[in-house]
Amino acid sequence: MNSNNQNMETAIHTHSDMHRDDTASKLGMWLFIFTEILLFGGLFIVYSVYRYMNPVAFHLAHEELSITMGLINTIILLISSATVAMSITAIQKGDKRLSLYMVGATILLALVFLINKYFEWGSKFEHGMYPGSDLMDMLSNGDMLFFSLYFFMTGLHGVHIIVGMVLLAVSWFKIKKDAVRSDKYALLENSGLYWHLVDLIWIFLFPLFYLIH
Amino acid sequence: MENNHLPNYLEYRGKRTGLLGWLTTTDHKRIGLLYFYSMMTFFLTGAVLGILMRLELIAPGRQLVDAQTYNAFFTLHGLAMIFLFVIPGVGAVFGNFMLPIMLGAKDVAFPKVNLLSWYLYVLGAIIVLTSQFMGDGPPDTGWTFYAPYSLKTQTNVVAAVFGAFVLGFSSILTGLNFITTMHRMRAPGMGWKRMPMFAWTLYATGWIQLLATPIVGITLLMLAAERLLGIGFFDPAIGGDPILFQHLFWTYSHPAVYIMILPAMGVISEIIPTFSRKPLFGYTALIVSSMAIAFVGYFVWGHHMFTSGMSEGARWVFSFLSFIVAIPSAIKVFNWTATLYKGAINLQTPFWWAMAFIFVFMIGGFSGLVVGSLATDIHVHDTYFVVAHFHYIVFGGTGFAFFAAMHYWWPKIYGRMYNTKIANIGLLIFFTGFNMLYFPMFILGLMGMPRRYYDYLPQFQDGNVISTIGSWIMISGLIIIITNLIRAKKQTGKIVDNPWNGPTLEWSIQSPPTLENFEELPVVTHGPYEFK
Repeated sequence: MNSNNQNMETAIHTHSDMHRDDTASKLGMWLFIFTEILLFGGLFIVYSVYRYMNPVAFHLAHEELSITMGLINTIILLISSATVAMSITAIQKGDKRLSLYMVGATILLALVFLINKYFEWGSKFEHGMYPGSDLMDMLSNGDMLFFSLYFFMTGLHGVHIIVGMVLLAVSWFKIKKDAVRSDKYALLENSGLYWHLVDLIWIFLFPLFYLIH
Repeated sequence: MENNHLPNYLEYRGKRTGLLGWLTTTDHKRIGLLYFYSMMTFFLTGAVLGILMRLELIAPGRQLVDAQTYNAFFTLHGLAMIFLFVIPGVGAVFGNFMLPIMLGAKDVAFPKVNLLSWYLYVLGAIIVLTSQFMGDGPPDTGWTFYAPYSLKTQTNVVAAVFGAFVLGFSSILTGLNFITTMHRMRAPGMGWKRMPMFAWTLYATGWIQLLATPIVGITLLMLAAERLLGIGFFDPAIGGDPILFQHLFWTYSHPAVYIMILPAMGVISEIIPTFSRKPLFGYTALIVSSMAIAFVGYFVWGHHMFTSGMSEGARWVFSFLSFIVAIPSAIKVFNWTATLYKGAINLQTPFWWAMAFIFVFMIGGFSGLVVGSLATDIHVHDTYFVVAHFHYIVFGGTGFAFFAAMHYWWPKIYGRMYNTKIANIGLLIFFTGFNMLYFPMFILGLMGMPRRYYDYLPQFQDGNVISTIGSWIMISGLIIIITNLIRAKKQTGKIVDNPWNGPTLEWSIQSPPTLENFEELPVVTHGPYEFK
């Protein structure tokens, strides 16, 4: 979000001794990540409350989800976290080529995640299961809450995946143009931090929706 | 223009000039003023709606508008005042302008994000305002959007909710920016324990903005999803829990009260030492109490819901914690009064405003204990007592501090002194009107007059008439105050760098400040309130 602020030379008022502060950019990103955790935190509370109120319905409803699909996506995101970490190490060591490959691989994995998600959601839609559908209206309260939360939370997570992809894509182009390099990589590091957050949220979503007993 | 003054930030010509020079600025001072001008517009809109509501309530039955319009009035009045004025309020205007200068910095940590915050603020405001004119009529839920009514009403709730969401984003970015600024941009020698109190209160506020705003963000998104897609989060008919909405809403909206009041307390903590010629008494205690308010403020939201249906244990705990949070606020009042003790008091307009603040804030604070205790709350919940209480706190607190800050920093911001005599008369009229407007509401509330009702029983009329007359007096005071300040801005009076002999860094530079605030970075060698 605020990661490319070191780019002060483009500021309208060119402050004479305005210097780059990578620590500040990183601090800003961490603060933003706190807000993201709280954003999902609200949803986790709602989930807990409704699961407490409808334990049986939530248990039965979760069996409609495919653990395999969820597992594949979990593995994809875990690998992507590793590749983005590698891209940062690579740029720190001055290996531009490797860094580009690794950011590229992360974006690719994110895309595979979304495609997987598309098929997963798609199969629900085919069965007439989507927010606002007639089938949803016919479900019991507990079932409906489970699937509503499922669509809402994985949907919001999907939006975050897309934001993360955009950040990584910007980083990719900046690496290519040497605007991100071994002595100036705060943007890539912040995109990486954001990507780990997106990952982390999924690590909680996966057991809550796919693995509950 | 005197010759020894360098071109200031108002005269500065960058790549773009005129209006565009303002709209593309990343200068924290100009952004502060952008907030100031837009905020005053919304404040006056809200005030006009308030006056109209008071006029409607001068007698039972219909006077001016029908019931549905009245509902739309109090909703927009709440939205404009809460989300567009007091929440960003002191922090976005005076925080933006003064914080970097007080720290000895040239700008905030992320100047472009700062400008983005303002654009998000304006965008959010536009969405909230268009919700009045589009769709199926202006929202009539009140600013709290309580479910399930907000799910059932045919009015344009989604747009208003979305506007509030965007405004939350703006608030988060401001908080993030300020916290980073304080961590990274302090001048050499400016240790944490040398920061002015105003900076400290903005620091505490920043954390609340970061950690509480996302909760209301997600809640409003859920509400919008429920309206648009029929997801059953909060509608009991399809398994949802409307009480859960209230919990989530107040988890943010109670800490939001501290987002409003903490920077206001910071302003008062600046004014009192300057006009007492004494260091702020209990500086450390004031820092600790600010952080304590921010922290404990998270755990008291349940006191808005004593009658909504909660276990007795939960109500007891929330009531107890609400009393706990009163302690740090009281510490502040004690420290302000202790600062006055044996001070060389200089009776200037900002000082009078600070005194008026303490007076109304204490009435608001004590009445808060009345609504915070379980037994009395049952009696006064959802009555005019609550309306009186929060107007004393939010308007009497934040609003008064906003005007105090205007009078304290006006010469710094514009380099022109206002007519202090007229300013004092304006304050006196405003203060009289304020108390006449809101104090009768305490009594009406105790008599049982419910809030948010369009009509009332004849036995409530006396109080309502006094209150409405008070609103006219208050608005007259407001007009005097604002015209006086605007006149000061236009007239080419004497330029004053430090009219009050203020001790903090903003008074060490020229008025209005230059683009970069400091020609050379200051080196700080002592605490914020040392008078020679």
